Amino acid sequence: MKVVVFCKSVPDTETRVRLKDNRLDKSEIKYILNPYDEYAVEEAVRMKEGGKAEEVIAISMGPERAKEALRSALAIGADRGILIKDDALDGSDTYVTAKVLVKALEKDGLEYGMLLFGQQAIDGDTWHVPGQVAEMLGLPQTGSIIKLEVDPDGGKAVANRMVEGGEEVHEMALPCVVTCRKGLNEPRYPSLPNIMKAKKKPIQEYSVSDLGFSAEDVGKAGALTEVLSYALPPQKEAGKKVEGEPEEVAQALLQYLKEEIKVI
Amino acid sequence: MGDYRGFWVFIEQLQGRVSDVGLELLGKARELADATNTYVGALLLGDFSKAKAKELISYGADKVYLFSHEKLATYHSLAYTKLVCQAVTQEKPEALFIGATPLGANLAPRVAAQLETGLSAHCVDLRLGEDGILEQIVPGFGGTMMAVIICPEKRPQMATVMPGVFPKPEPQDRQGEVISMAVEITEKDLVPRVVEFKAKEQKTVALDGASVVVCGGYGMGSKENWQLLEELARLLGGAVGATRPAVDEGWAPEEVMIGQSGKIVHPKLYIGAGVSGIMHHVVGVQDSEIIVVINKDPNAPFFQVCDFGVVGDATQVLPAFIGKLKERQKRACDFLSIETPQMNEGPYSPDSKGDSQ
Repeated sequence: MKVVVFCKSVPDTETRVRLKDNRLDKSEIKYILNPYDEYAVEEAVRMKEGGKAEEVIAISMGPERAKEALRSALAIGADRGILIKDDALDGSDTYVTAKVLVKALEKDGLEYGMLLFGQQAIDGDTWHVPGQVAEMLGLPQTGSIIKLEVDPDGGKAVANRMVEGGEEVHEMALPCVVTCRKGLNEPRYPSLPNIMKAKKKPIQEYSVSDLGFSAEDVGKAGALTEVLSYALPPQKEAGKKVEGEPEEVAQALLQYLKEEIKVI
Repeated sequence: MGDYRGFWVFIEQLQGRVSDVGLELLGKARELADATNTYVGALLLGDFSKAKAKELISYGADKVYLFSHEKLATYHSLAYTKLVCQAVTQEKPEALFIGATPLGANLAPRVAAQLETGLSAHCVDLRLGEDGILEQIVPGFGGTMMAVIICPEKRPQMATVMPGVFPKPEPQDRQGEVISMAVEITEKDLVPRVVEFKAKEQKTVALDGASVVVCGGYGMGSKENWQLLEELARLLGGAVGATRPAVDEGWAPEEVMIGQSGKIVHPKLYIGAGVSGIMHHVVGVQDSEIIVVINKDPNAPFFQVCDFGVVGDATQVLPAFIGKLKERQKRACDFLSIETPQMNEGPYSPDSKGDSQ
């Protein structure tokens, strides 16, 4: 069985903004493999190590830097990469993204048994591409799983997911789509030899026309949604600000809550 | 888009109980429908009677499309997608709103893909533009900006919205109709199959409905320091939340993450400790009555939107503040000659409002 893992290159702003000399240090925004995708890659690689999968393919749509995200997946243990890269893709919404990914799978002639995604990307945070891909391929799908058991010979997968009030166990026939989250596994840190090896693993590149699309089908032109405008977030009048020793500021806070707004 | 009329809401239900997010969206849909002189449709799938479906009318629906079948009591993505798409194709609503819940995150993209229409995620507001087009407001560019998204050419216009973004309307005495829809599903549609449900007790105090929320961010520094938040929440009768970086560090479970893709809270008092105020988080707390921020970086963006800012290391300010709260409590107890309670429920404890759900 072949397993496909969908990888996104995202800015590492969420966790890497550190304080430096008491200021936010934004000088080193770098791009990483979406952390939720790491769980998906790790799970796929474990399937291969456990003899459940014969090949793990990492696929990404994005600019040149998406190659680095793919390399990270290859360093964890994916066998090869597919990158759909084209300037025309700029401005794609989730619908176009799903459409392009689906076409790339087709083009590659992959006979996959499972498609794995991170449940969300930390930048766009829509959670929508896995469902769109699953629907376009007519595949069953379950999301936000914390345990996965695959039986390639029996042609099914069993996945546990957290829901309100407990845990649900889903069973699906293969091929199917699952989205992964924290708790599913502990993604490994790739070893140096594996990082070196990853540099030699093949990454197949496709342009939009390779997939049979014209520039109008994708990117901003092909998107079904459009950004009408950007606005600054609603500004509120900044309130009081106190500075000083912990004891002083704690007293000021107590005073404020007690006397001015009377909540305690 | 003359053929397409009406604002529709998918009504989520779990184990036969209608989730608040559907009712909240009905309230918003009512507002939009009134402004454009059209109707509100509610889509209800499950094992329900017509009488039960009728309750949705009091929350703002004019027409309730009821798909009732025992097999629909549990969510199956293929069956639900099929029926929702059928209803939309037949009735042609101009918009369809779905809760941005785990279920909605599964259903909405499938429906949008099948209908080949646009879909926006985690909207923090929905409004009508001059031409009657639906403007869907989502935080963009890492949350530094709000993006106004439209779906100019396809219908229905689809959006997901987090629970808690819109207020739940008060039920009113209204007229409307329940339309029973034919349910044609086969075993093939009941996928994935739910083979087991393991009930689990939830350990954390529910953030939903909490009147005081104490939230920790990356600036809390360690799991040990997290205890300070727990203690403060206990003293104030509140619940503890976390930012994404704190969850990523493993200091708090993902279930208590507050922000665009976590929980949306609107307590009377929110205290953010060691939280810088990235927009993804701020959208989850901005409707709190009072926002207090403790952060050692005087330039943290959160100070721009808070009511009271404390410039200081949260891990030092919190112990001092907790000490003072305890002292004050003890004095009050001495005055009343009662024993100092171990755990003060606080004036805004969820219990004081009755059912916090």
